[in-house]
Amino acid sequence: MSRLTIQLPGLDLKNPIMPASGCFGFGREYAQLYDLSKLGAIMIKATTVETRPGNPTPRVAETAAGMLNAIGLQNPGIEKVMNEELKFLEAYDVPIIANVAGTETADYVEVARRISTAPNVKALELNISCPNVKCGGIQFGTDPATARELVKAVKAASEVPVYVKLSPNVTNIVEIAQAVEAGGADGITMINTLIGMRLDERTGKPVIANGTGGLSGPAVKPVAIRMVYEVYKAVNIPIIGMGGVTEAQDVIDFMSAGASAVAVGTANFVDHFVCPTIIDELPAKLDALGVEHISEIIGRSHRS
Amino acid sequence: MIRQEKMTVVSQKQIATNIFELTLRGELVQDMTPGQFVHVKVSDSMEPLLRRPISIANIDKDNNEFTMIYRAEGRGTKVLATNREGQLVNVLGPIGNGFPVEAVKEGGTALLVGGGIGVPPLHELSKQLNARGVKTIHVLGFQTEDVCFYEEQFSALGETHYVTVDGSKGTKGFVTNVLESRAPEFDVFYSCGPLPMLKALEGFYPEKEGYLSFEERMGCGIGACFACVCKTTDQVAKDYVKVCSDGPVFPKGTVAL
Repeated sequence: MSRLTIQLPGLDLKNPIMPASGCFGFGREYAQLYDLSKLGAIMIKATTVETRPGNPTPRVAETAAGMLNAIGLQNPGIEKVMNEELKFLEAYDVPIIANVAGTETADYVEVARRISTAPNVKALELNISCPNVKCGGIQFGTDPATARELVKAVKAASEVPVYVKLSPNVTNIVEIAQAVEAGGADGITMINTLIGMRLDERTGKPVIANGTGGLSGPAVKPVAIRMVYEVYKAVNIPIIGMGGVTEAQDVIDFMSAGASAVAVGTANFVDHFVCPTIIDELPAKLDALGVEHISEIIGRSHRS
Repeated sequence: MIRQEKMTVVSQKQIATNIFELTLRGELVQDMTPGQFVHVKVSDSMEPLLRRPISIANIDKDNNEFTMIYRAEGRGTKVLATNREGQLVNVLGPIGNGFPVEAVKEGGTALLVGGGIGVPPLHELSKQLNARGVKTIHVLGFQTEDVCFYEEQFSALGETHYVTVDGSKGTKGFVTNVLESRAPEFDVFYSCGPLPMLKALEGFYPEKEGYLSFEERMGCGIGACFACVCKTTDQVAKDYVKVCSDGPVFPKGTVAL
């Protein structure tokens, strides 16, 4: 499988495929279905300092070729994540990317400082783009100066490289990408969900208890591809692309646009074996493109 | 163990207004217990995208077949209802923790209370209880007569009472009206149906052992996405449960209603 290896800051990937944060919990459930060591990496569910109960239900609603969610960063808190969840994942030969969230800078810094010491956490994913919590999350990701300062603070505290997860809910995503690069980010992950709403046919009220939710699934892929394409041209740090990936061709598309690796989100709910399936299908895709190693296709959309 | 399998349609029948009975054949039937559910991808397309959680109404391990009964109301179930004999359906399952049949001793009596599309899993439960020598009493609530189903099957297993909101079949009103007027004697109750019904039952039998099956909008169906969480009554021990992987059946008093 050496045709699929990818090296990124902190990450020695067997292949460029990883489940996206929030769509895979801490891996336990999927571990019952297949060997997690097959994955390139795992982006674990967002972790905060304290336990978070999440939002009221309904938390999800289906939309055309997609879904809305407003889970609200429910997680057991840093201590349990480190002692139980990350410990559990140590049984697998797979690097972990820890998604870090908080309400204020000090929270991000504390989670980053502690979680980056876990032996299997090889990189952090700074969550400055969750649209579903009232405090923390997206407001850090919509103002370039705020984003830059947060990245600086977290970089100073982290033992491992820091990737920043960008929100698509901005006027100019390139500006934010450049700001986090200036703040010292080692990489970018993109995109988080697009803020949306679905109404109940009978009452005319939002279906999701939170009112709004984050749109994901195949419906958002064109937006994600466009944004990866634009950001790739504007920064010199690697991009892990995501947004509506359901099959190997989507991976080729994201990497062509400029992603060095690709995360799979919502598709894990539809086909629970989608990640290993894509990994198995990639070599044939490379053959069809006449490419020996997958890294050759990174950014090919931009070549003259 | 949860598996994904393309199961073969053995039969599909409409058995009441918008209510369909679908029998599928495949290996994962061997792992099924009453009260569990399956997560069904109704088509290979992206529309609709998500799987549909559907309860298991009948398990036939000898023939590797199981039956689900569902209401074809939304986009997904309407597509599912178009499946014909011989076609393949993508099923993930069996999922969750079902009803504990061993909660009632041989010779004991179980009260099974169902509401609407919560009635189907009680059929397999009743079969397995009867097979263990447990007497079953069924109280089944529906909106109207035209959406009632499985009267013959339930009647063959034990005393069966129908309740409809408009009185078009059986007693008029809600299941609690029958429980009040008949005052059935039993050891353990099992229920599946709308939340107000489950809540009413808990209040009605505070001293009895009981098991309730819950429904909630789901994403992944295996416990990873945290879409279907419910608050618990014991906030100290564990403040939430996931309906899909911790449930769908919980002992009475577990979930804060």
